[in-house]
Amino acid sequence: MAIAMAIRSFLFLLLLFFSSLNPILSLYEDQVGLMDWHQQFIGKVKQAVFHTQKTGRKRVVVSTEENVIASLDLRHGEIFWRHVLATNDVIDGIDIAIGKYVITLSSGGSILRAWNLPDGQMVWESSLQGPKHSKSLLLVLTNLKVDKDNVVIVFTNGRLHAVSSIDGEVLWKKDFEAESLDVQQVIQPPGSDLVYVVGFAASSQFEMYQINARNGELLKHESAAFSGGFLGEVSLVSSETLVALDSTGSILLTISSHNGKISFQQTPISNLVGDSLGPAVITPSSVTGIFSLKVNAITIFIRVIGEGKLEVLEKTNLKTAVSDALSISEGKQAFALIQHAGSEIHLTVKPADDWDGNLLKESIKMDRQRGLVHKVFINNYIRTDRSYGFRVLIVMEDHSLLLLQQGEIVWSREDGLASIIDVTTSELPVEKDGVSVAKVEHNLFEWLKGHMLKLKGTLMLASPEDMAAIQSMRLKSSEKSKMTRDHNGFRKLLIVLTRAGKLFALHTGDGRIVWSHLLQSLHKPQACQHLIGLNLYQWQVPHHHAMDENPSVLVVGRCGPSLDAPGVLSFVDTYTGKELSSLSLAHSVAQVIPLPYTDSTEQRLHLLIDADQHAHLYPKTPEAIGIFQREFSNIYWYSVEDDNGIIKGYALKSKCTSEVADEFCFDSRELWSVVFPSESEKIIATVTRKLNEVVHTQAKVIADQDVMYKYLSRNLLFVATAAPKASGEIGSVTPEESWLVAYLIDTVTGRILHRVTHHGSQGPVHAVFSENWVVYHYFNLRAHRYEMSVIEIYDQSRADDKDVWKLVLGKHNLTSPISSYSRPEVITKSQSYFFTHSLKSIAVTSTAKGITSKQLLIGTIGDQVLALDKRFLDPRRSVNPTQAEKEEGIIPLTDSLPIIPQSYVTHALRVEGLQGIVTVPAKLESTTLVFAHGVDLFFTQLAPSRTYDSLTEDFSYALLLITIVALVAAIFVTWILSERKELQEKWR
Amino acid sequence: MASIPRFEPVTLLLFMVLSTALTISSGSGDGFTINGRVRIPQGLGTKGFALPGKISNVKVILNGGQNVTFLRPDGYFSFHNVPAGTHLIEVAAIGYFFSPVRVDVSARNPGKVQAALTENRRGLSELVLEPLREEQYYEIREPFSIMSVVKSPMGLMVGFMLVVVFLMPKLVENMDPEEMRRAQEEMRNQGVPSLASLLPGGGRRSI
Repeated sequence: MAIAMAIRSFLFLLLLFFSSLNPILSLYEDQVGLMDWHQQFIGKVKQAVFHTQKTGRKRVVVSTEENVIASLDLRHGEIFWRHVLATNDVIDGIDIAIGKYVITLSSGGSILRAWNLPDGQMVWESSLQGPKHSKSLLLVLTNLKVDKDNVVIVFTNGRLHAVSSIDGEVLWKKDFEAESLDVQQVIQPPGSDLVYVVGFAASSQFEMYQINARNGELLKHESAAFSGGFLGEVSLVSSETLVALDSTGSILLTISSHNGKISFQQTPISNLVGDSLGPAVITPSSVTGIFSLKVNAITIFIRVIGEGKLEVLEKTNLKTAVSDALSISEGKQAFALIQHAGSEIHLTVKPADDWDGNLLKESIKMDRQRGLVHKVFINNYIRTDRSYGFRVLIVMEDHSLLLLQQGEIVWSREDGLASIIDVTTSELPVEKDGVSVAKVEHNLFEWLKGHMLKLKGTLMLASPEDMAAIQSMRLKSSEKSKMTRDHNGFRKLLIVLTRAGKLFALHTGDGRIVWSHLLQSLHKPQACQHLIGLNLYQWQVPHHHAMDENPSVLVVGRCGPSLDAPGVLSFVDTYTGKELSSLSLAHSVAQVIPLPYTDSTEQRLHLLIDADQHAHLYPKTPEAIGIFQREFSNIYWYSVEDDNGIIKGYALKSKCTSEVADEFCFDSRELWSVVFPSESEKIIATVTRKLNEVVHTQAKVIADQDVMYKYLSRNLLFVATAAPKASGEIGSVTPEESWLVAYLIDTVTGRILHRVTHHGSQGPVHAVFSENWVVYHYFNLRAHRYEMSVIEIYDQSRADDKDVWKLVLGKHNLTSPISSYSRPEVITKSQSYFFTHSLKSIAVTSTAKGITSKQLLIGTIGDQVLALDKRFLDPRRSVNPTQAEKEEGIIPLTDSLPIIPQSYVTHALRVEGLQGIVTVPAKLESTTLVFAHGVDLFFTQLAPSRTYDSLTEDFSYALLLITIVALVAAIFVTWILSERKELQEKWR
Repeated sequence: MASIPRFEPVTLLLFMVLSTALTISSGSGDGFTINGRVRIPQGLGTKGFALPGKISNVKVILNGGQNVTFLRPDGYFSFHNVPAGTHLIEVAAIGYFFSPVRVDVSARNPGKVQAALTENRRGLSELVLEPLREEQYYEIREPFSIMSVVKSPMGLMVGFMLVVVFLMPKLVENMDPEEMRRAQEEMRNQGVPSLASLLPGGGRRSI
């Protein structure tokens, strides 16, 4: 008995030890990069300024459409430094001043900042105000030196400012008070102290102001009227000549000023082109003497010779992109021209004064998946033989950035990945059989060697070289980046759709691009002019009886920005990245509902709802319609009209009654609607459960052996509304006039199951819905802190199922069907806590079977992702939990949620411009895959309850082996000893 | 509008640097300017932290992203064109935990500072923001020790074996011979003890 006691107590101790290991889920510093990867991007480049004059690091400073200002290494394309500005702080212009500061003008011209070129430190910031809203222009006068200072000329909000580039001080400013003056250009003729401000007034008056750049004195003001009016852009051809279009876009105006006299020359475009093809557009350019026009798809290059005489240089219908002028030696200018011809692009560098005297002509093979060249930036360098060489930076249709030099692509950056709009995943192919013995042996040897090294590492015997070897071995493990499926389901493909309309497949192991596909079919000009990619859906996920089919995804797009523009569908194979087929739809796409049914080839049925609330079934096969007819009466959906404050529920009615017979089209009927009073409530957020979420059990056993039943309905919708006044920014309302109302609505019946009002609170609301709970984040104006609330909803109608006798006698209602129409008896529990940070995004972990406890993934305003245990947001928390509750794992109530630095999923990294967090279950129940995207991408594996079903990466097999060997040896030794003792006993 | 004399933001800014007491000033245009400073004490961020948060990567955020600004080399920052009201300023710096700050900009008496940390409700006399604490994102690897080996599952296994090998005979020796016999008899009756009977719950019957 004593033995039994001893063993029992020992086992207890053992258990205690196991449970006390690693109390916090966290990461060691040397584990960075093992399970996670982080990629940095900048987005589509808007403007680029080269900095290559000095010896040393050659760099290019770029501003992008993602509001990033970055300095890139011109040799390799790496980022030296980068800043992501706020979303409403759009960059209007960048330039380099006094050779060491990057000047940016942003926020509609109201903020001027200077950044130190080598390290990206902000040097100064100035706020520029003006009387009215206008175009904003930035001009650094590099050749006007005032005490080693460059003057920065900024035209913004109807006012011209001259700012010192050393400290951002405004030197002088000049208002252009004239009513409706629309300033087009600020021009500085090279080598002079004068600045010209050119614009239109009252749409038919041409105005020109001459200003002294040193003191802002108005020297001259000229104006001339042109009855035809002006259209859009002006292009500066030389210091005296401007080119503009009249308001119809069919007459070209050459505006020249000579000794204070402005004269117009009119040239109908039809004279130049031969036949008029429609309105023309001047493409902005800065090449002296030459400008280009785009008429439909034709690009025309025109030279201005002297007094308004025009000469057509070239007419081409190839897709063309032109760079700005680059001044090379003593007043000579050159510019780059790129034209598409099949799978090649032709790069020509021409001097401004001689159209046919090409300085450079190269052909470069270009991947079709990159699409057209959108922008060209040119820079020159001096070769060893003192001749000029040119390098060209190009921005492609898929937002990638490439550097071309000497007929080759020196580097490329896939910056389309900075603007991901949707993410889905796909499995990798199953591993083929037949692995050679030699490979296994080699692997075994490597494996043993690796583990011996690791053991050395843990025993602190390893030399620094060994440590480096261990680290590189861990990081470069070929296991994790294999192109086949693994047992644990860690290796997958992340399929992402970018704003450029390109699909990328990223490998979860190391984040490399497996394939990419520009949705070409959607780019056929006749089919669709302005494609907007919308969503990605898993179309075909073969597992049972379609094993040899490749999985595919459905891409849903729309032609044009309006909601009723026709939709486009594309089906893409996820193994190869090839487009299987594409469809141009006759109807619009307002909503896509993946149905929980698949056909015999594992294609998922999708219901597309158009703007007129007709439902269209895809795939259009008789089999699909057969499946669909069976479930016809079980399909419900809802729509949210934010502007009107109405939520409506729909069901299917009958086949469409249109003149064209379409058996895949169905009419809908409105079942219910919830109308929020527009004077007191405005919808600011709606959230539902993820469709593919798995819940392990409905029952929740609480401390006193009692059971609570979660109310698990897929048709629950969380809606947050706020007072119309309080839907703006923080600080714009007082607590008295703001409130926030949270609703739980059943989307089949429209019944409001729960409603709670938070007085003195306002949005923005970020919410996540999972199982039977919803967590939402909002701002409490009274406390002036952010708050997070949790609502859990439980089913009371099942509460009496706990009686065992009822179960035995069959009087339980476990088998009764769950229907949204039966009036649910639900109870809700809720609690609120303070939370420190603002939020950008919130998500919840999801695992394969839903057994593992959940963690909230909180994307903070600092672009980090924090993992917070759901146990902290449990409405049953109380200040003094009972012993039983403590054993159950209920944490004593605190007024704010803890922020434990070790539980930052992104550790010391930032996912700049964080947009969304996606979680995907791995096959291993304990583990979930987390993908956070924004301007940067971040991927990691997470085990919310630690990896209880597999050994961790730092498990030492060698130590296990040694232990076993030691134990075997001990057995032998003791055996021998006992033999000897027994012998002695017998001899006695 | 143009005839009304107004302060220039830049001149005010310079004035700000001279006297830090004045934090909120009425700028030109329709709003106010909030000036402040982020100070990261020296000494923090040096011990064992691999990525000392560079000052150029610190962001100052107004009202949850409405405005974002950066620090000048001396740690000063400013928000321009802020309307009167109560605002929230957050500092995002890798490696440090900053409390959000509530700032009241009142239209009646511009220049009056009302700022308070929302985490601990401490008032600030001037808008100088300091981190509440450092954030350590990584676990520190414990240096190798015998205890860690002993505590590891394998160590425990070895320890258990040793206990069984060396302590058990001692326990058996100290037993009363009568009790010993009884135990042996019981053992014979029961056969080999199963693992279930050893476990705390299952072993209850054997006592």
